[in-house]
Amino acid sequence: MNTASFIPPLLALALSPLLPGLINRTKAFFAGRRGPPLLQTYFDLWKLLHKGAVYSRTTTWVFRAGPMVGLAGVLAAALLMPLGGVPALIAFPADFLLFAGLLALARFATVVAALDTGSSFEGMGASREVFFSALAEPALLVALAALARQAGSLSLSTMLGLASGAPAWRVAPALALVVIALVIVLLAENARIPVDDPDTHLELTMIHEVMVLDHGGPDLAFILYGAALKLWLFTALVVGVVLPATGPAWWSLLLTAGAMLGGAVIVGVIESIMARLRLVIVPQLLVGAGALAATAFLLALK
Amino acid sequence: MPGTNIILALVVLTNLKLLGSSRLGASIRVVAAQGVVLGLLPILAHRQELSWYFVALAAGTIALKGGVFPWFLSRAVREAEVTREIEPCVGYSTSLVAGVLTLGASFWMCTRLPMPETIASPWLAPVSFFSIFTGLFLIVSRKRAVNQVLGFLVLENGVYTFGVGVASRTPLLVEAGVLLDVFVAVFVMGITIFHINREFDHIDTDRLSTLKD
Amino acid sequence: MTLLGLALAILLLGAMATVLLSRPGRSLSWLGAGAVAVAAALGCVPAARVLASGTVEQWRRPWPVPFGEFFVVLDPLSAWFLLPTLLLAALAAIYGVGYLRVWQGRRALGPVWFFYALLVLGMALVLLARNAVLFLCAWELMAVASFFLVTFEHEREAVRGAGWVYLVATHLGTAFLLAFFLLLGRATGSMDFTVWAATGASGGGLASVLFLLAVVGFGTKAGFMPFHVWLPEAHPAAPSHVSALMSGVMIKTGVYGLLRALTFLGPPPLWWGWMLIGIGLTSGVLGVLYALAQHDLKRLLAYHSVENIGIIALGLGVGLLGRSTGSPALQVLGFGGALLHVVNHALFKGLLFLGAGGVLHGAGTLEIDRLGGLGKRMPWTAATFLVGAVAISGLPPLNGFVSEFLILSGAFNGGAQLGGAIAVSLLAVIAGLALIGGLAAACFTKAFGIVFLGEPRSDHGVHAHEAGWTMRWPMLLLAAGCIFIGLAAPVVVGGMRTVLENVTGLPPAVVRTSLVAATGPLAWVVIATAALVLLFLALAVLRRGLLAGRRVEESVTWGCGYARPSARMQYTASSFAEPITTLFRGLLATRYQVQRPEGILPARASLATETPDLCRGNLYRPAFLQANWGLSKLRWLQHGQVRLYVLYIAVTLIVLMAWKFR
Repeated sequence: MNTASFIPPLLALALSPLLPGLINRTKAFFAGRRGPPLLQTYFDLWKLLHKGAVYSRTTTWVFRAGPMVGLAGVLAAALLMPLGGVPALIAFPADFLLFAGLLALARFATVVAALDTGSSFEGMGASREVFFSALAEPALLVALAALARQAGSLSLSTMLGLASGAPAWRVAPALALVVIALVIVLLAENARIPVDDPDTHLELTMIHEVMVLDHGGPDLAFILYGAALKLWLFTALVVGVVLPATGPAWWSLLLTAGAMLGGAVIVGVIESIMARLRLVIVPQLLVGAGALAATAFLLALK
Repeated sequence: MPGTNIILALVVLTNLKLLGSSRLGASIRVVAAQGVVLGLLPILAHRQELSWYFVALAAGTIALKGGVFPWFLSRAVREAEVTREIEPCVGYSTSLVAGVLTLGASFWMCTRLPMPETIASPWLAPVSFFSIFTGLFLIVSRKRAVNQVLGFLVLENGVYTFGVGVASRTPLLVEAGVLLDVFVAVFVMGITIFHINREFDHIDTDRLSTLKD
Repeated sequence: MTLLGLALAILLLGAMATVLLSRPGRSLSWLGAGAVAVAAALGCVPAARVLASGTVEQWRRPWPVPFGEFFVVLDPLSAWFLLPTLLLAALAAIYGVGYLRVWQGRRALGPVWFFYALLVLGMALVLLARNAVLFLCAWELMAVASFFLVTFEHEREAVRGAGWVYLVATHLGTAFLLAFFLLLGRATGSMDFTVWAATGASGGGLASVLFLLAVVGFGTKAGFMPFHVWLPEAHPAAPSHVSALMSGVMIKTGVYGLLRALTFLGPPPLWWGWMLIGIGLTSGVLGVLYALAQHDLKRLLAYHSVENIGIIALGLGVGLLGRSTGSPALQVLGFGGALLHVVNHALFKGLLFLGAGGVLHGAGTLEIDRLGGLGKRMPWTAATFLVGAVAISGLPPLNGFVSEFLILSGAFNGGAQLGGAIAVSLLAVIAGLALIGGLAAACFTKAFGIVFLGEPRSDHGVHAHEAGWTMRWPMLLLAAGCIFIGLAAPVVVGGMRTVLENVTGLPPAVVRTSLVAATGPLAWVVIATAALVLLFLALAVLRRGLLAGRRVEESVTWGCGYARPSARMQYTASSFAEPITTLFRGLLATRYQVQRPEGILPARASLATETPDLCRGNLYRPAFLQANWGLSKLRWLQHGQVRLYVLYIAVTLIVLMAWKFR
């Protein structure tokens, strides 16, 4: 564990709220609007941290603990994600299992807190959330299996940034499929169109938004920050697959950071040009992602 | 041993009498006599190696088979107010002929079996098998429950005969177990006969088959 | 070994005492539970000693039964299964004292404790026996004792039906076991397990037939699909502490039997591992799907046991593949994960069933859609149930994550390195386990959320009361166990060295290095867990500091302006699971009974769903109906006349003698 390993988590902590701002700005651009400032999420977090809180009488300690467990889980997962060729703080064989597990713990806490309010809105969001994540998990793990096979190693820090390895023509098809699968998983896990609409406030169409309907003040700040961090982590995963880790560390870090911001822009573009899918079509999308990842694995078998 | 052979002959005769008899009171007395006679078998068969074990066994057997069982069964017969067996499946004459044939078959069978050296008499095994078959025959062919209990007693007598005659030291557990078995069975049967009669006013086991579903 | 014998003797004496003494129910319960607890404490000592040192203790006495011998051996594999058996038996017994208090006046409790002690005795003997006859006798004892425990509330028709299904299923499985033992005994000429382990049946047809017989026979007890149909009937019907014991340890004796059988058979061909992986995937996925569709809390937990047995089967399959391909890492990780999941499942499933018992005791019903808001009225039960729910969903930092991590590590290891078809099967394991984990999380957020959170959906929940301390302590201890194994994972997995040597048959040095490759990552997992806890505490402190000077108010849940929200408007369990059950409706065949709202101002409407077990309806029911039709042709043989039955016996005897004398 060298001191350079502190950089990925620090960058994540500092820069992750930038990503939602970029996405919103991109969507505004496509809609012909000016859109909110790039640093809007930072301002929102600051505002929320300075507010009081209102709790429903129906809720118990579970509701109060939910956002904290959620954010703690995502923060711990950030310790596992490498960036731009710099290995993560915690790296060991099969560490992506812990990564997925920590995110699952965060999701569990959010869902249970949502059910604590005793409202049908939160129940609806919770039900859809567990449904989609149950289908997204296999896709994620199969994609990681394909990646592990290709890289011949089982740790995130060594699996990512491998595009610099084998000759491109042999590696490209499998990697392309993995990237597509991971992008679909990213969209599903982070509540982006076409799976969910982060801007809508119609109860019948919300998933993540509706689960946090009753939170306010610092709790909502934790949730918002956690969502931004989760988006950063998934984008880092995709960027790590696509981008080779060449040259000196500072150069690849800079390149990766730029690629992350570019990734946010791409997500914004996807959100702008696609419409939200009907909820019954989303499972097909996720299973399709899983199938693509499995194909990548089979291609990597040779 | 002449004493042993006399006893065995008596057993054969009592079995034949049972096969041919229709009166329940007489049948019970015959079985009692068979029991007493067989009670003397351990003493006569092992006259050289007499020990308290055999004397106790003889005394116990005579008491149970000669006294307790017949008394109990007579009481059951009196309560049920039956004196005669109704027409059995196999007629009395046919039963007698079958009995004699079975005796012959037992003798033939025992020539095929390897016999231990210490056996008290060459007639022992055939007679014991004959008793077993007679007992089974009585159970199968007679309809009155009391007769079936008598058949069971005869069956046990056959097993007992073979056991006592062959071994000089059968495990006490086996002997006691078999005796306890019969004791319990007779008691249970006695009580059951009483209750069947009280409930259905007859002890005809064939008519009891209406109980099946 | 004497300690173990003493423990077994105490169980037997306790059993006799509870049925022979006539005392008021309460002291009888304490007598029974005390006997089991003392026996468990005594028995755990030699088991732990054997596990730590790897030495084998044995005891051998002749037995008059033909081919039988009273031959018991305590080796690491038996010790690994014995520890959770005894611990859970003791904790469930203590729980049972409080749970059965409701029945004290109405029913004699002596027989319940008698059969409970006999069940524990039977399970212990099954794990220790090394003679086939002794094993089968103990197996039967286990089955019969648990039958009487399952039919405790026999005045209810559903319980009687469940008891019959259980009895028939377990005897069908035992028939296969009988065939297995007979074939093996005939091939080797002895009924002794140690002889079989030494010589065994290797190669070709006999080994494959034996494997199939073992899978069916032991799989029926374990609950593999499609032999699982008795599980969702019997476990809900039994009293809760018995359900905990049955689900937590009794089905694991099936897994133990399968592992022991594998030591008798030689090197496994590939298709054995694939078969177990297939069984694991079907049991796992279908089990959790059926669990999602259930309305009764205990039935949900019972189907979940099927799913977890599926996970154990997946681990066994991975281990077998490792043995076939000669990869020690796969073997150690696969078998290690399966064995650890055995212990983990005993802990958290026992905990969850005891929690369900607390719900039944406090609220009076187990229908999830009638409950709600129990978290405020039963805080301890809710907290321990939450620990169990997080553990069973396989989330860090608890123990479920550790065993699934091991199995997944093995699968990823093999998938990255091995070739061809094996890698594809391991990919199926990965995808399957991920799906199972996600669906399990869905199921348990539903179970915990709808039962304990929100508002009560009917009167049952309003007047609920917390369980007494005899019922709370076992749950707390089990929850502590889950947390402990999660936090001390490297130590626990390192302690499995002797068991793994026993099961895999690899030399100790190889096992040690492979185990280090497993405990190393687990140490990092624990470090990450510590980081998680620290971050949580930091956030809690931050939040408290932020809210210190601010206004914190209480209000109602936001209802989007509904004028009169009611508790019935909350999401129900069926609604929660509806997206998943609709997606998988081909597999679930749910029946809907809908009475739609009619008119302009509708007054009533209702919806009822029912998900009968597909295997039972489509596989067993037609088979049994066919058998019934065929066998009813023979009904003329049963005419009710005793003397003709004696004639059958006599004729058979004569025929046999004639045949012998020809």
